[in-house]
Amino acid sequence: MSVTASEVEAPLPKPSARKAYGARRTLSTGNWIIIALGAIFFITPLVMTGIFSFWEGGSKYGWSAYVLMFEAPGFWASLFLSLRLGVETMILTFVLLVPAMIFVHLKAPKLKPLFEFISNLPFVIPAVALIAGLTTVYTGPAWLISTPNYLVIPYFFLCLPYTFRSLEVGLGTLDVRTLTEAGQSLGGGWGQIIFLVILPNLRSALVGAVLLIMTTVIGEFTFASVLLFHNFAVFINDTGQNAITEAAALSLFAFLLTWVFMLGVLITSRRGAATVGGAH
Amino acid sequence: MDSTAHIAMSGVSLSGIRKTYGVRTVLKQIDMELAQGELVCLLGPSGCGKTTLLRILAGFETPDHGQVMLNGQDVTHLPPNKRRMGMVFQAYSLFPNMTALQNVRFGPRVRGLGDTKSQLSEAERLLGMVGLGAHIHKFPHQMSGGQQQRVALARALAVKPDILLLDEPLSALDAKVRAQLRSEIRRIQQETGITTVFVTHDQEEALSISDRVAVMSEGHVLQMASPTEIYRTPADGFVARFIGAGGVLAGTTDGAGVRVGDAYLLAYAASQHPAGSAVELFLRPEHVTLNQRDVAAPAGAVPATVQEVTFFGSLTRIKLGLHDGDAGEIWADLPSDHAGHYALGMPVWASWAPESPRVLARQ
Repeated sequence: MSVTASEVEAPLPKPSARKAYGARRTLSTGNWIIIALGAIFFITPLVMTGIFSFWEGGSKYGWSAYVLMFEAPGFWASLFLSLRLGVETMILTFVLLVPAMIFVHLKAPKLKPLFEFISNLPFVIPAVALIAGLTTVYTGPAWLISTPNYLVIPYFFLCLPYTFRSLEVGLGTLDVRTLTEAGQSLGGGWGQIIFLVILPNLRSALVGAVLLIMTTVIGEFTFASVLLFHNFAVFINDTGQNAITEAAALSLFAFLLTWVFMLGVLITSRRGAATVGGAH
Repeated sequence: MDSTAHIAMSGVSLSGIRKTYGVRTVLKQIDMELAQGELVCLLGPSGCGKTTLLRILAGFETPDHGQVMLNGQDVTHLPPNKRRMGMVFQAYSLFPNMTALQNVRFGPRVRGLGDTKSQLSEAERLLGMVGLGAHIHKFPHQMSGGQQQRVALARALAVKPDILLLDEPLSALDAKVRAQLRSEIRRIQQETGITTVFVTHDQEEALSISDRVAVMSEGHVLQMASPTEIYRTPADGFVARFIGAGGVLAGTTDGAGVRVGDAYLLAYAASQHPAGSAVELFLRPEHVTLNQRDVAAPAGAVPATVQEVTFFGSLTRIKLGLHDGDAGEIWADLPSDHAGHYALGMPVWASWAPESPRVLARQ
């Protein structure tokens, strides 16, 4: 060939160039005031909780609440239980929700409004009503209903509005049908197309869903309390009944845990974006 | 072995294909045969059923009735991933998470064609063939639309398909890239000898690239023939109007001509129809000759007036209104160097060789 494609076709502007253009914009004084007010609104309670967690009576401050927190019976067990339930909820979401949403996008786009309506129901159904309904519907098997694993079912529904929205946004940026048909025309089966094409391009959405699941499950109190399971939020509540500085320390610890998740998610998704290129 | 069986053994055969969505019948009894190594364009306006027919070939749609044969095998109900067909889509369909090389390697990888090393070297070879040898590690978002479609073409070829299906692959590209890629597709198709079906609504694209063109309208194939035949001898009024430019004049036959209003237009083809029958006369712009009115009328010339002058570079297209009655309009293509003195409103003589017009029964 005498002429190469690169010689006659100009590539699209690089995303980095577009970002650089946006980065030149500066914030006005009004913007800074709004940001400062927002920061004060969110940070002040945390700072005060932090100061209170170090209070040891009178004018004495120290680490005793944190030492007691880590040594308290049930602390690690409840924390690991919440983390485990978060992972289980995440697995259930990936097994049930992700394929269902891909199917709806591919084969039944008319069902999307119905799907969206159902996914928003947990917002309007009180937690107590939801748990009453679930305990009526799910009456077995024993290994499920008699163990904390049972909480994964209500947690799946509790997280549904967030996970649905995150995945919906991710799927909305992809031409799932064309990518699937391209994969099929090349000889790919459903499994290959989902694992090699669709899911890698949903990385940000999936990571976002994981974050939302973990933060929601770690902070969940009502379901566990009503069903008499001792997760991390129940542990914090119980501790707060008779050791209020420990409860403050626990709350801060839970916040830190969430932030660590968020940081990890951000780092992962940015690395992912750099690796997979045009996936987003 | 009859001829149908011969084609079916070596290419593609569609017989009695019908497809309905709800109450709307999109394809009505399509019969078509493609020989090995042939490039056939499905050409027609939006909604004529051409993409549905291609999707039936690819296996993304199942016909309500009829049979798709590939190399002598009935593949009507075979899923797309079991057919040996490569497809290039109208929308950019590269996998965003993969580089150009990984995209091209995808097909051989999932089909288990060869080992990793041979898959990669074949993918590199194909990318070189489409002129992207220097871009193999780029992701789709780092490439232009034309480059992405080249990768898509290489990816479709990587699975060594029996048939290459192209669904308006150039429609999203600008004119220059489109023309370049069009000729490259034809070159690659001829080099590889792959039977190819190319869907387009662009007649210029279809005429320039195809061995045969199937003109479709409302779920029917109206004519399937070589580009030259389609252009010169359109089967009916729709094909004549859809392919190329030209004047279409409704009239009645009268000996060796057609009477259009008060005008009598010479056309030998009129004698093939009974005298007085309602016909349409089609006249291509390159067949029309113009003379200024201050010279004597050439034989068979009709008086006309210049109504529109459009400059196309080397050619200038002139729209003419016939004087006699409300006869209609015809066009004349002139070399631009000789068209400068024709201005709007100028009276002229329009003439043509009597064997040039096509005369078809009016429907």
